[in-house]
Amino acid sequence: MLRRAMETLTNLFSSRPVWAVGDLTQYIRQVLESDYRLQDMWVTGEVSNVSRPSSGHLYFTLSDENAALRCVMWRPRVARQTHIPRDGELLEVLGHISVYEAGGQYQLYAESLRPAGEGARFAEFLELKARLEAEGLFEPERKQPLPEWPNTIGVVTSPTSAALRDVVNVLRRRFPLVTLLLSPTQVQGDDAPAGVVNALESLNQDGRSDVLLLIRGGGSMDDLWTFNHEDVVRAVAQSTVPVVTGIGHETDVILADFAADLRAPTPSAAAEIATPNREILREDLAFKRSDLNQIFREHLQSLRQSLEMWSIRLKFASPRAHVASKQQRLDEFMSRAENAVEYRMTLSLTAITGLEKTLQAVGPSTVFARGYAVVTLAENGQVVRSITQVSPGDPLQIQVQDGTFNAETQDQPGE
Amino acid sequence: MAKKKTIEKMSYEEAFMELQSAVEKLEGGELPLEESLALFERGQALSTRCSDLLEEAQLRLRQLTQDESGELIETDLELEDL
Repeated sequence: MLRRAMETLTNLFSSRPVWAVGDLTQYIRQVLESDYRLQDMWVTGEVSNVSRPSSGHLYFTLSDENAALRCVMWRPRVARQTHIPRDGELLEVLGHISVYEAGGQYQLYAESLRPAGEGARFAEFLELKARLEAEGLFEPERKQPLPEWPNTIGVVTSPTSAALRDVVNVLRRRFPLVTLLLSPTQVQGDDAPAGVVNALESLNQDGRSDVLLLIRGGGSMDDLWTFNHEDVVRAVAQSTVPVVTGIGHETDVILADFAADLRAPTPSAAAEIATPNREILREDLAFKRSDLNQIFREHLQSLRQSLEMWSIRLKFASPRAHVASKQQRLDEFMSRAENAVEYRMTLSLTAITGLEKTLQAVGPSTVFARGYAVVTLAENGQVVRSITQVSPGDPLQIQVQDGTFNAETQDQPGE
Repeated sequence: MAKKKTIEKMSYEEAFMELQSAVEKLEGGELPLEESLALFERGQALSTRCSDLLEEAQLRLRQLTQDESGELIETDLELEDL
């Protein structure tokens, strides 16, 4: 009891803020709008209470056995709808949940709607995919290689699309050496599949394209549905010119992609995949050019070396070389002769020295030393060799080892 | 081979391929001087052609449509804002 009373008292005198209805409703709206799941969703149910006042907006209720949901679609969106719902119809509605504050009501703000069972298209998609797959249309062996250097690039898309612009920009930057050949077609709407098939066939018939780009920018699955059409998928598979697809965004799964020779995530990527990069070509070219220069330089160098070698051999083989070699032999000969003469002379000199020595050995001074003397006539200095040269009384000069003295013949010389 | 094709009319691919084969031929050696000189000069002209093509090329924009009888007609493609 006491506790209850205390609580009541606390609540009465609480200083917590008091909400205005408007603030609260606004708060609730914010809560709902901050939940991303509620901001982009498909809701299905049975239509009732369809009302379309003069404002042009469309009001209706979606319900099933458990609950009901108020829906509103604003006039601009209504104007774009080909399908206006009727009471009792089963519908799928795309939109976001928010609050109509004045009515204190949460409701679905519809952006798009379609008869229920449209979702069954997905089942259809899977069925077609399985069928074409079984036929072998998506087999890797069917894929054709892309040309390394295309001259003409066929493009199938809408002439006013951003996708085309993206491709043009990529090609201008990356590989402007090509001709872009557009085969224009609608890519959305009932006529689009036939248009795309026709555009692909035109380019195949024209025959100049080295590669085809089948492209379309991002959009809802509805927008991209053309590229799931059986005829389009078959035309892609049957193209004799390789086809690169660049449809929607990376995450979109499209049957034409499976049939293509190569699938690119976006139109720009398709243009990139189909062309070499100018930057890389520049590098390759620079390498080749320097290869060319270096190899030629080496070639010249080897020619020069071989020239040098042969001119040396030529020098040896020439008549002048013969003369030179004879000259050399002559020189050799001469020098040998000179050597011989010199040798002889040396020998002679040695002999002379020997003779001198001998001479000295038998020379007068040695003889004097042994006691011999030389007798000469004093009057004329003749050496006396015979007794017939002297008479008694002749003055004589007698030379011995250490000097000369005078003498005189005494008696008649005789034997 | 399209060896006698004038270099000015060659596509990038043709010019580059021939440049490649000229380099390979020179690499093989065993060429008379005159021939290798001619090859070298042609190689230089080819690489100039390639480089001109790379730097000066302008993307050509054409359009293929059909007339009433279904015949293909080719026209210039004009793009706005490009």
